[in-house]
Amino acid sequence: MSVATTTAARTVKTTVATGKSRDRTTVSLVFLVALWFSLFFGVVVLLALIISTATKGAARFDMELLTNYTSLVSPETSGFRAGILGSLWLMLFTALFAVPLGIAAALYLEEFADSEKWWNRLIEVNLQNLAAVPSIVYGLLAVAVMALMGFSDSGTVLGGSVALALLILPVIIITTREAVRAVPREIRDGSLALGATVWQTTWKQTLPAAIPGIATGTILGLSRAIGEAAPLVIVGLAGSIRFDPEGLMSNATALPMQIYSLTSQSQEALRQAASAAIIVLLVMILGLNALAIFIRNKFQRSW
Amino acid sequence: MKRTSHRLALASGAVALALTLAACGGGDAGESSGGDESSASGSVAVDGSSTVYPMSVAAQELLSEENPDVQVTVGESGTGGGFEAFCAGDTDISDASRPIEEDEIAACEENGIEYTELQVATDALTMVVHPDLAVDCLTVDQIVDLWGPNATATNWNEIDPSFPDQEISFFGPGTDSGTYDYMAADVIGDESEATRKDYEASEDDNVLVQGVSGTEGATGYFGFTYYEQNADTLKALEIDNGEGCVAPSAETAQAGEYTPLARPLFIYVSNASYADNEAVKAYVDFYIENLADIAEIGQFIPLSDDLYSETQSNLEALGS
Repeated sequence: MSVATTTAARTVKTTVATGKSRDRTTVSLVFLVALWFSLFFGVVVLLALIISTATKGAARFDMELLTNYTSLVSPETSGFRAGILGSLWLMLFTALFAVPLGIAAALYLEEFADSEKWWNRLIEVNLQNLAAVPSIVYGLLAVAVMALMGFSDSGTVLGGSVALALLILPVIIITTREAVRAVPREIRDGSLALGATVWQTTWKQTLPAAIPGIATGTILGLSRAIGEAAPLVIVGLAGSIRFDPEGLMSNATALPMQIYSLTSQSQEALRQAASAAIIVLLVMILGLNALAIFIRNKFQRSW
Repeated sequence: MKRTSHRLALASGAVALALTLAACGGGDAGESSGGDESSASGSVAVDGSSTVYPMSVAAQELLSEENPDVQVTVGESGTGGGFEAFCAGDTDISDASRPIEEDEIAACEENGIEYTELQVATDALTMVVHPDLAVDCLTVDQIVDLWGPNATATNWNEIDPSFPDQEISFFGPGTDSGTYDYMAADVIGDESEATRKDYEASEDDNVLVQGVSGTEGATGYFGFTYYEQNADTLKALEIDNGEGCVAPSAETAQAGEYTPLARPLFIYVSNASYADNEAVKAYVDFYIENLADIAEIGQFIPLSDDLYSETQSNLEALGS
């Protein structure tokens, strides 16, 4: 370790141990306060949003919210069955499409590709760019992909899943690459030294060791996808459906789309139901994130 | 050993998701097996105007109680977006808050889509003021002076010198509502598709009624049916669109006299879908048969007897 890193490590250690920084200049204090304010601001805005939404929807936290279809005739018992089931189907197929593709692409780039070659570098730059593309663009992309594959039906689970899979593919590739890169060089070298091929090393050593990181990245990607409405509107998912989706080619709707559609209705009871549904969506996302943390903690190893 | 547990984790996650889906799907199979006597089944795709959306959703909902085998999907991508999909043959029915336009007719012809226009209701806005205010009639230009995006008037005598010297309080629906869109895009017709912003906004029509009826010099606007229910506490303004003052009523709205604050709402049905797809036929027949109830749920003015029989005869012509 260089001198700089040892000094930095010692400073951090004292700071962590005592909870105090030895750096006591005015500038550093102002900076610290600014950091606190930033944290406070983010957390308070989020809390205010959640609390105001939860109080608006409080009257509607009942089973009917989960088991009934949306209803204009009796808005008091309106539910989000079609949206919740639609979102679950979409998540299932989004994961089936995006995870194998994403992991394979990341493994190729990390373990097999020659990063000196210009086309591989081009792919890398574009991946970073793709992660920042607005989600609605992926909807247009999915429409084009569906047309190329020869599917003419719009508004199906397939179309929605393709759009969401394209949306989270860059996220999965980037996090998988990070996870694979974090596997120590020595593991690969040891495996290769024992006579394993690159393929065997990747499949039996690198990939299993990277699974916690990959799973975390994948689930965080999925929890982004579950909250998306814009690309689904573009692929033609309808706002109102009163039957359960039954498979890949079935018409479906999604929870965020139903929320969007109900918040603009004039009946108070429907907007209340929409607020309650926002909390349901939040719980689903939090559940996914909790799963990600669980998997990471359960399977993480240190070398 | 370690690897097995990874696989186990992923597998158990997948199984959990699959079980959730299977459990929900299973519940449905039990319900739908008790189907009723009406035999039609199949799927119907409806898209178009977000104004007509509540009506088409109400029809979908009422029909699904009678016949769950007709699977209707209703979208709200706007009248223009709806016709685009309709004329490309992607949907069976298009909801519209205006008649189809020339370029859309051309697009439909190009793709060989023949259609039938059915009027389903009348949408009307009402401008209301505090009952004591000595203003009875506004021209369309004066509405723009009151509500336009560049409007600065704060006193009634700025609108017209003959109006009383009284400060104006503005009440109107929030920007999310279809009523706001109608006022901004169709009545005021400014490119920004916005109204003035310094007004008391509420999505709850009750709040608007209380605000206007309880504040001297107040004005506001909302759907005609809502005014009808509160006519005793409010004063509705007559509207002059160049042909004299017209009072809002179901009759003047349907006769096309109460312009531009009233407009007909339509559904456009693809002739081929109606003839070939029994589900589309079942949905449209049900829609028109129960039109009065559906219009009420959508909070629109139901068709007069004359208009209703016209819609019915158009539907009969479509079926023959």
